[in-house]
Amino acid sequence: MAYSDKVIDHYENPRNVGTLDKDNENVGTGLVGAPACGDVMRLQIQVQDNKIVDAKFKTFGCGSAIASSSLATEMLKGKSLDEAKDIKNTQIVEELALPPVKIHCSVLAEEAIKSAIEDYKEKQGK
Amino acid sequence: MIKRENMPIYMDYQATTPVDPRVVDKMMPYFSEIFGNAASRTHAYGWESEKAVETARKHIAELISADAKDIIFTSGATESNNLALKGAMDFYKDKGDHLITVATEHKCVIDTARYLKQQGKQLTVLPVDDAGRVNLEDLKNAITDKTVILSVMGVNNETGTMQDLKAIGKICKEHGVLFHTDAAQAFGKVELDVEDMGIDLMSISAHKIYGPKGIGALYVRRRKPRVRLTPLIHGGGQERGMRSGTLSTSLIVGFGEASRIAKEEMEPEANRLIELKKYMYNKLNEQLEEVYLNGSLEDGIPGNLNLSFAFIEGESLMMAIKGLAVSSGSACTSASLESSYVLKAMGKGDDLAHTSIRFGIGRFTTKEEIEIAVETVVREVNRLRDLSPLWEMFKEGIDLSKIQWNDEHGGH
Repeated sequence: MAYSDKVIDHYENPRNVGTLDKDNENVGTGLVGAPACGDVMRLQIQVQDNKIVDAKFKTFGCGSAIASSSLATEMLKGKSLDEAKDIKNTQIVEELALPPVKIHCSVLAEEAIKSAIEDYKEKQGK
Repeated sequence: MIKRENMPIYMDYQATTPVDPRVVDKMMPYFSEIFGNAASRTHAYGWESEKAVETARKHIAELISADAKDIIFTSGATESNNLALKGAMDFYKDKGDHLITVATEHKCVIDTARYLKQQGKQLTVLPVDDAGRVNLEDLKNAITDKTVILSVMGVNNETGTMQDLKAIGKICKEHGVLFHTDAAQAFGKVELDVEDMGIDLMSISAHKIYGPKGIGALYVRRRKPRVRLTPLIHGGGQERGMRSGTLSTSLIVGFGEASRIAKEEMEPEANRLIELKKYMYNKLNEQLEEVYLNGSLEDGIPGNLNLSFAFIEGESLMMAIKGLAVSSGSACTSASLESSYVLKAMGKGDDLAHTSIRFGIGRFTTKEEIEIAVETVVREVNRLRDLSPLWEMFKEGIDLSKIQWNDEHGGH
């Protein structure tokens, strides 16, 4: 399968790989997908004054899944939570020129973002 | 094999092989010089082509201990499998309407069997154990008085697992059922003997044994029992009426020469390939944890090493090791998103079935290439594991099977 240059760039030089302390109350963690489906994404955000100051990811999946989550962390940094919530998978599809069979990777990335925000909000609510 | 710069190291010998230069040399005169139609009985052009075809037929037959007259040339193993199953089910329709095959067969057997089922035939698909072998008791129990044919592959194209053909042949004989085997991966690599194994029909192909693409054959037993088939292709009545069409003398000559070389060099080549395979497997295991062998190191065919690297996904690993031309599962499924149905049938979890890579080692593979392959795989597996949340969880001692995964959105 031919990948776009952008997918290959993110795949070969993934941005923001890593782990934030999931027990930190300023960190939100989203873990989506399933090993049986061939994709698992973990996306984490660190929030300060309603702003995402750091984002990290780790992904088990194909090249497009890795690229989608890498791009998602780049998009998240510096955004407010409200702005982050509005990120759509179509933006990822467009930016990475994902083929139709790989659109689910971008959907998963969007889910991971939403799930991380939710987790953060839940923690704050407590 | 002519190795080219800027091309990955070829490790996909189960998909196809380069034509051996010795085979090309044999073929060359049969394009412009010796071009006659082997069916032309009236002049010397036809006679010399016919002679070349018959010599090739003999070399091919010798590799499976068959009579040369039992070899029917086709375009390849896919056509042979179609002819064997459709041809037998049609010809013996008065005897019965039941066929039996196995879950791990190549797509061209599975899809042909499914087509026959759509046409109203009865189909039984047998499961396999975790090594990929069919259970002989299951097989015996599946046979009914309506069973016409049983089709079990010799060697699996993904894992290299060999079936016990002799035992299966014996059961078929006892029950008066035709025994067909798709031997595309076994032919020329392991000893095959149609008499000893009780095989009635065998599909073989040239391009898996360093011969040209576009030529294969179906072995069709003529005695004890005399097997008859309804042809798929009608016409001039070539190949005992079972496969009409002008024979491709050049391809057949290539197929014959490839078979001759395979027979002559089978043992030393097998020993060399087994040694390379074990070397690669051991080196990878020394340097990486959680590497799983799909199939068996001892029982599989010499050049097939199918491994699952836990916690990383096969497609991304293939992308990472782009300096190696390998395949995830079979060539036919690696373009799709499905995980391997062969590995799933062997009871491997979906996660491991998603992480399998087939390394094919063949006639032109060198020790240096294996060293490069090991180094590449170790480096990239480590890199991808650093990216994998599953690896991190595994390292933290979390049992991944206990996690409630959110997979209702379907995924693959």
